[in-house]
Amino acid sequence: MSEIGEGFLHAFRLIIGLDPELVEIALRSLFVTLTALLIASVIALPMAALLAVRRFPFRRVTIATLNALMGLPPVVVGLLVYILLSRGGPLGVLGLLFTPAGMILAQVIIIVPLVASIAHQSLRDLWAEYHDLLISMNTTQGQRIATLLWDGRQALLTASLAGFGRGIGEVGAIMIVGGNIDHVTRVLTTAIALETGKGNLALALGLGFVLIALAISVNLAIHWLSRTERGGRW
Amino acid sequence: MSILLPLEVRGAMVRRRGKVLIGPVDLTLAGAGLSIIIGPNGAGKTSLLKMLHGIQRLSRGEIAWPCGLEEARRRQAFVFQTPVMLRRTVLENLIYPLRIAGMTRAEARPPAHDWCARIGLEAAAARPATMLSGGERQKLALARALIAGPDLLFLDEPCASLDGQATREIESILLTAAAKGTRIVMSTHDMGQARRLADEVLFILNGQVHEHVGAEGFFAGPVTAEARAFLKGDIID
Repeated sequence: MSEIGEGFLHAFRLIIGLDPELVEIALRSLFVTLTALLIASVIALPMAALLAVRRFPFRRVTIATLNALMGLPPVVVGLLVYILLSRGGPLGVLGLLFTPAGMILAQVIIIVPLVASIAHQSLRDLWAEYHDLLISMNTTQGQRIATLLWDGRQALLTASLAGFGRGIGEVGAIMIVGGNIDHVTRVLTTAIALETGKGNLALALGLGFVLIALAISVNLAIHWLSRTERGGRW
Repeated sequence: MSILLPLEVRGAMVRRRGKVLIGPVDLTLAGAGLSIIIGPNGAGKTSLLKMLHGIQRLSRGEIAWPCGLEEARRRQAFVFQTPVMLRRTVLENLIYPLRIAGMTRAEARPPAHDWCARIGLEAAAARPATMLSGGERQKLALARALIAGPDLLFLDEPCASLDGQATREIESILLTAAAKGTRIVMSTHDMGQARRLADEVLFILNGQVHEHVGAEGFFAGPVTAEARAFLKGDIID
């Protein structure tokens, strides 16, 4: 049987048998990425709305920087967070190195620019549409931001899902910061890297298929749970 | 008379990228009823309305509100030629200005439902406002502007591209609002509509107010040659 076929078979066995190790790793992957996504969204979405509605010095530079940071190499982020969290580093006292919390921190840094940039592009267009209306209604800046965030929620969901995609598939940063420790910081991507390194390609492929299925399932679930339009009614 | 009036405009001018959009304008807006702004395309009707409302910042001159700017901004509303619908339901579009004015959602729902019924959109209350027809959108935009009970309402050609039925409904809402004390300033291209609604007329050309007189007098015999030519249907610029 080909390796891909074996991989499918392995993935099937792991899922049907609810392999305890697989479940633990998958749940940790979800926990780390969803927590990072939640924190990143809380930071990035209001930031995107503020960049859309407020004019201030260096605004364009800020937007350009944010766009540039979308391509931030995860390995470099991992290295910087490692230095920050290592015993001699400025945040070493927190003891977050090689913990899921440290991995979350690294993922937040990676996800924030991506979510903020995509969200900003959507909110900028929405602001262009709403500008005169909200000014004429004498809204405060806080009300404008809240209105954009609420009315642009579908586009913002897409931005957040892009962040989830980036986080769940990320390996470089969490490998460095988490250390891929069994039962502590091992997640699907680091487990795939480990099994590939060991030459266990069927298992690595199996984990890969599980990762893909998980990513698609979470995307579909979030879309289904948060859909705002049903049969032409809101 | 509203505490917003008399509104005094002195030497007001809006200039963008070196080009004068409107002004210098000197006028006093007082009394009650409907003031209709007319003039050819590009005369500055929209700019005048936006300047008075405060959407266009003044490059020069002043607009003096008797009650102060902050109070004045709270007591006026604007309806755009192309209505902007919030991406919410019809009902939520009506609740929005009341929430901005400080009402709770529970307080805002009854008047919103009431206005929904008044403009004939009761059955569409839960539908996305963006799915309404052009006439329904304009009625909703008008109701959204009136729901908080503004003293002064600006409208920029609200019936442009609407059919007769929708125009009739909009005019009826406007006349009711004016009868209840809302001072209305509105631009239009439709001379029939101007004759039907106007208590006074502002004729503008090249960004300047050429005539500001009672409607009857204006339509009976405009003072300026430009206004006479405009009423005759001549092309003027």
